[in-house]
Amino acid sequence: MADPGACYLEFRGVSKSFPGVRALEDVTFGVREGSVHALVGENGAGKSTLLKVLSGVYRPDAGALLLAGQPQTFRGAAEALHAGVAVIYQELHLVPPLSVAENLYLGHLPSRLGWVRGRRLQEDARARLAALGEAIDPRATVGSLSIGQRQMVEIAKALARDARVIAFDEPTSSLSSREADRLFDVMRRLRDDGRVILYVSHRLEEVFGVCDAATVLRDGRHIRTFPTLEGVDRDGLVRAMVGRSISDVFHHEPCPPGAVALEVEGLMGPGLARPASFTLREGEVVGCFGLVGAGRTELVRLIYGAARATTGTVKVGGRPVRIRGPRDAIRAGLVACPEDRKKEGIIPIRSVLENLNLSRRRHLSTLGFIINERRERASARRQVEQLSIKTPSLAQRIMNLSGGNQQKVVLARWLGGQVKVLLLDEPTRGIDVGAKSEIYAIIHDLARRGVAVLVVSSELPEVLGISDRLLVMREGAIAAALERGEATAEKVLSLALPVAPEPKREASA
Amino acid sequence: MSDTVTLGPPSGRPVRQCLAGLWQNSGMLVVLLVLVAGAAAFVPNFASLVNFKGLALMVATVGIIACTMLLCLASGDFDLSVGSVVAMSGVMAAVVVNATGSVPLGIAAGLAAGALVGLVNGTVIAVLGVNALITTLATMQIVRGVSYIVSQGKAIGVREEGFYALGNTAWPRFDGYFPTLSVTYHAGFPWVQWSFGFAYGDMSIPTPVWIMLGCFVFFGLLLNWTTFGRNTLAIGGNAEASRLAGIAVARTKIVIFTLQGLVAGFAGVILASRMTSGQPTTGQGLELQVISACVLGGVSLTGGVGTMLGVVVGVLIMGTAQNAMNLCRIPPFYQYVASGGILLAAVLIDRLKQRRSR
Repeated sequence: MADPGACYLEFRGVSKSFPGVRALEDVTFGVREGSVHALVGENGAGKSTLLKVLSGVYRPDAGALLLAGQPQTFRGAAEALHAGVAVIYQELHLVPPLSVAENLYLGHLPSRLGWVRGRRLQEDARARLAALGEAIDPRATVGSLSIGQRQMVEIAKALARDARVIAFDEPTSSLSSREADRLFDVMRRLRDDGRVILYVSHRLEEVFGVCDAATVLRDGRHIRTFPTLEGVDRDGLVRAMVGRSISDVFHHEPCPPGAVALEVEGLMGPGLARPASFTLREGEVVGCFGLVGAGRTELVRLIYGAARATTGTVKVGGRPVRIRGPRDAIRAGLVACPEDRKKEGIIPIRSVLENLNLSRRRHLSTLGFIINERRERASARRQVEQLSIKTPSLAQRIMNLSGGNQQKVVLARWLGGQVKVLLLDEPTRGIDVGAKSEIYAIIHDLARRGVAVLVVSSELPEVLGISDRLLVMREGAIAAALERGEATAEKVLSLALPVAPEPKREASA
Repeated sequence: MSDTVTLGPPSGRPVRQCLAGLWQNSGMLVVLLVLVAGAAAFVPNFASLVNFKGLALMVATVGIIACTMLLCLASGDFDLSVGSVVAMSGVMAAVVVNATGSVPLGIAAGLAAGALVGLVNGTVIAVLGVNALITTLATMQIVRGVSYIVSQGKAIGVREEGFYALGNTAWPRFDGYFPTLSVTYHAGFPWVQWSFGFAYGDMSIPTPVWIMLGCFVFFGLLLNWTTFGRNTLAIGGNAEASRLAGIAVARTKIVIFTLQGLVAGFAGVILASRMTSGQPTTGQGLELQVISACVLGGVSLTGGVGTMLGVVVGVLIMGTAQNAMNLCRIPPFYQYVASGGILLAAVLIDRLKQRRSR
């Protein structure tokens, strides 16, 4: 700590691309020793990617990461940890059935001739936790601790590895406000020790409360670093996070909406904090924006019957539908494309043909149960042509297709049927720009034909661009419904960000 | 966008390519052919039509049950209860035939008992969401217990002779001289000598073999050419995606397990008929033989992949190995070791093949 103002951690021109996506582009900024530095940005701004570069999970395509002026190349998380860099993720990397002490020293248990030195392990662990002001029994299993306590164990684990740089990824998302306050105390203490703290959060109030400096990322690019947060207000930060023009890719002529196609009233179930109510009209594309964990996916799953709703009614075309499972929804003309394509959308090991015809096999069959190969092929070929799905053959296993083409196959299942309402959960996640615009075209084509479409997305420009109307979700509830004219990026993001110290639910794991 | 794929370089040696393709696509068929050729060349009395008939009869029980096990595995589940169901259905049929004097009623009772077990399995697995391995492990023991209780632990001889027909008739009846390759060993060189000739034998095809063939055809068509079969494969490939796509996953699973119980029950009744008695001890370990046969046939234990042709090949590999060992008078204790070894070797070969093609 020779020079107290020096940047211990520096990112210099860091770039990282994935097929079809530039996740990080020439990101350059430094983090001072003895400071808590916030990293903010929308979903997909590149924060997680940057953390993964920091922790050695990803190697940057270009640029470098410097610690105390020395460029580092980490070949994996172990090397980063060895160099004193620890990242504490949302999903904590602890082993629940093992004890606290064992977790703290996982991978380097104190041992003699291969035998674990139990007593020493316990004592060391107790001392580490006490240093953080925690009175957790080192013999307790991690599974029996609350989320807040587990986080402390995670921090103690980082300190046990002598980490100089500790990065937190959304650490408070599942903490009660009291637990969060404790965490902030610990963070301040670590800062005063001269460590470097990088803090990623959507909760701007917390950023202002605990951070000394902040860096804003957007679209994988470094937008601005505020060396001090004094004199900066919430709006200023939000403006830096959003401020971008929406490209013409999304341009869409809204058509006059028709009759009410879907009416959701008082729908409540797991993952929602308050009952949800809204309507969709025929020919309307409604966006649904929210930050990660706002309950968007849960809402779609409840409407569609993938999860069971506890209360509430769903009406399709004015008629109430009793939805006990996806089959009931499909029969009523209410269909959905799930968020996780690999897990819930496709049958990876089966052919493109089978995946295309999955939902209407009976319809294409002879006598309702005998496969009519000719008809199946004809129908599939038509869809492959219509949606320009790129596949070497209909017999190709779908897992060998690109993400965009897989998504088109999932979408294609519902075209041509008696679909009235289409719910799309993150239809463009992880697919390249070209395929994205093709999917927007399909969505708008469906809307023109009178289908009501709900598009859930965590990409702000996407929802702003494609939708006629917008629902904003926040912390398990619909926070607002905006018309196309009144929805600006700042307004939407500001509605989606959690409001300050609302009485939070006590988290108990 | 073309609708066809051309694999590999167009030039090269066509024969070698053809062989490589055969190996890549139907490796187990190659294994079967090598096994049969080897047995024919070195095992006395193996290469004759009459022996092949005996082989077919020997694998009938496993073959029949493997048909529905294929459905079960294709949908991503197991059924361990089939061996016990075979015993219980045989006992039930014997008891009912003796009590009522009616053969059809006895057969119906055996089938119904099997189907009931399957229905329970399916319901517990699909509706209550209990793991299939655990559910059928439990019913395997329950059903075995029930068959001991009902029979009081003894074989129940069937007095009604009409009952024997199912397992002991053959059609069409014909005998005569059939081609045989005889193998003789000598002390001196050449150690092995082959001679081709004709031997007298009975080539009537036994009823159980016809039933097995019928099952192969019926369930093969069911799997490949019906919506039910395709849905089964889809569920095995990804149950959640299938559910969200509107496939009745629970109903399909219940039907699969009920069919499995029914068919295992049928196999049990046939076996009882062949033995002219219902025996509570039959079918021990049969479930594992059936699953082995399916795995040998390239059916994936994780679901979503499986063909009836593969299962036929798997059943024949097991049957051939067992038949050859019997002819060589290898004691049963050693046969267990050999069967396990064959299964392991087959799966390892498959693994290596996959690794190379990646």
